[in-house]
Amino acid sequence: MSSTSRLHGAIDVVVSDVVELNSLIKRFHFKRPDGSPLPAFSGGAHIVIQMQDGDIVRGTPYSLSSSPLDTSDYQVSIRRDDQGRGGSLYMHREVKPGMHMNITHPSNMFPLDKRAPRHLMLAGGIGITPFMAQTAQLAQMPGAHAELHYGVRSRELGVYLEELANRLGPRLHVYADEANERIDYDRLLSSQPAGTHVYVCGPSPMIDLVLKKAAEHGWPDKHVHYEHFAKASSGEPFNVELRASGKTIEVGAEQSMLEAIEAAGVDAPYLCRGGACGQCETRVLSVDGELLHEDHWLEDEEKASGEKIMPCVSRCRGTLTLDR
Amino acid sequence: MATPAHELPFRDETFRDDFTFKNSPQTVLRAPFPFDKDSYMYAVNMELHKDGRPGTAFEEPIDVDEHYVSEMRDRALVLDEDPLRCQSLPHMTLAGWDTLELLMTCKAASYPEWFSLERDGNRWHWKNRPLGIDETFTFGDETTLPYGPLEYITRQAQGDFCVLDERAGNLWMDAGIVTTQADWSLDFDIGMNFFEWHAPVPLAHERGIFTRALKYLLSVQQANPARRLNWTMTVNPRLDTSPENYHQWGPENTHITPENVADKLYLRIELQSFWRLPRSNALLFPIRCYLLSMRDLTTVPKWATRMHRVLQTLPPEIASYKGLDNFRQIAIDYLAAYDDGKETTPGPFPD
Repeated sequence: MSSTSRLHGAIDVVVSDVVELNSLIKRFHFKRPDGSPLPAFSGGAHIVIQMQDGDIVRGTPYSLSSSPLDTSDYQVSIRRDDQGRGGSLYMHREVKPGMHMNITHPSNMFPLDKRAPRHLMLAGGIGITPFMAQTAQLAQMPGAHAELHYGVRSRELGVYLEELANRLGPRLHVYADEANERIDYDRLLSSQPAGTHVYVCGPSPMIDLVLKKAAEHGWPDKHVHYEHFAKASSGEPFNVELRASGKTIEVGAEQSMLEAIEAAGVDAPYLCRGGACGQCETRVLSVDGELLHEDHWLEDEEKASGEKIMPCVSRCRGTLTLDR
Repeated sequence: MATPAHELPFRDETFRDDFTFKNSPQTVLRAPFPFDKDSYMYAVNMELHKDGRPGTAFEEPIDVDEHYVSEMRDRALVLDEDPLRCQSLPHMTLAGWDTLELLMTCKAASYPEWFSLERDGNRWHWKNRPLGIDETFTFGDETTLPYGPLEYITRQAQGDFCVLDERAGNLWMDAGIVTTQADWSLDFDIGMNFFEWHAPVPLAHERGIFTRALKYLLSVQQANPARRLNWTMTVNPRLDTSPENYHQWGPENTHITPENVADKLYLRIELQSFWRLPRSNALLFPIRCYLLSMRDLTTVPKWATRMHRVLQTLPPEIASYKGLDNFRQIAIDYLAAYDDGKETTPGPFPD
């Protein structure tokens, strides 16, 4: 199934640079072909990058890691995931300077609360990327206080340490797993002045732990922010009937259901493509088999009811019919 | 097709005292008539705000018409008397700059004969010829403008502007300029969330309208603005029907008679649009007011017929909430002569 479908509202960009930051992480720079500025954005925003990966058109979200104050280019920093479905592998192997690509306008599901007198930021691994943009934005806001705690496997695998040290000075704290250093969540979450907002981005277990600890220490939900991109996982191929469109499609092993719907020429809503925003929520009309929910949007009861699914990350073992 | 708005001269008129406001026939035809069928009920009537239909108020993303210069003069009068009509909580300044950029770039692109913007990094040069403004300033530096960025640019833009901060899955009215409103107060609503400021609206909460509308609004993204229409009726072409000045305009609600209804009673249309702002992630919510007298409506047979039927069948709770009780029947009686009982064509536009 070949497809030339484009992301809605796509922006044409040229890859202007690819920088290898370490053995696992590359930074990609995008500019407009005519060099004019890209749209402004806010710290914490992501873009979706469209990739023509063989027969599959992927759309994968990545946080912008460049400064919102400089839109002469956009930068994303991508960790190679050898076990993943292929988006990061495609970026690492195939994307070279000079290539033309399509991206979406930025959208932000991990914004700063601009009223906060203090921002406590907790990053794990590649979860540092939204904080790069946020700390750049905060550096321009008079009176804003940001403190970043950044857990890395080893100091070699940490990125932007120097830039962050320049920006944050003594308010940057780096913890290396290999040196047995750990962020002390209990101490941090029990010692903040009232009005502080906490932000966490990193692997799922880290986010879950911070949310649990914050609740234990009595943090109000509205002061706890997290960026929880689920990854569309690979799996067995399966068939989906799109009742409203009158089509039946096959979702390939390395393809997400949303990508397969788009490849069939059906316009489906989406925003984060990471199971967090709720935009692609779709009614399940019938299912013969088992729904494999991977999102962070539906409530447990909704997942159990089998009536809704998030096609950006979730799959099915068997066949299903969608109201799409 | 109506004459393009920018080919009409700006009218010199008033929205108070002697009320010399008047629509040209071309301006009547391009109005965003709010009824797409012969009855009215609250609905989540949102659509994308793009691909504007030529010859209508939707043609350009930010509409400028023959009333522009006089409306801006009326806004300045309101602000002189009551500076609290423009407010911006401290965390909303960045959203004010976003608003300034959006309005300047839209206007310069749509109406190059009236507006121009040159940008050299953060050094911006703005020209507004209808208002005689020529300003060079530093984007992001409030000290280089005579007002804060929101007030500066909305003193040059028709309609009210609310700036909504997005937090905790809700929208918060944390900044705005409100001088052409249908009886609501920014000073009262400032800092409220979406459900709080809509609390007085009847019937719609029970219908789940606001929950669905909020979900839609939170999904509005950069470069994809949305819009909806709302409406009420106003006695005299008065823009500033505010709670603060109710003592001035409230009594006029009893002044409508069969003799004066044609020229004294107005359909007040709000073209509301919703724009995601880039740097602040806030949502800009312009509410642009269009006034059509009952006589204006009769120049478009479909609109007079439809207005007649909408008023006849309007649920009483909505009529009371909109403040129509004193003159609704008089308007129905006047418009009856323009309703031939035949079916109207679908959609809001003139035949």
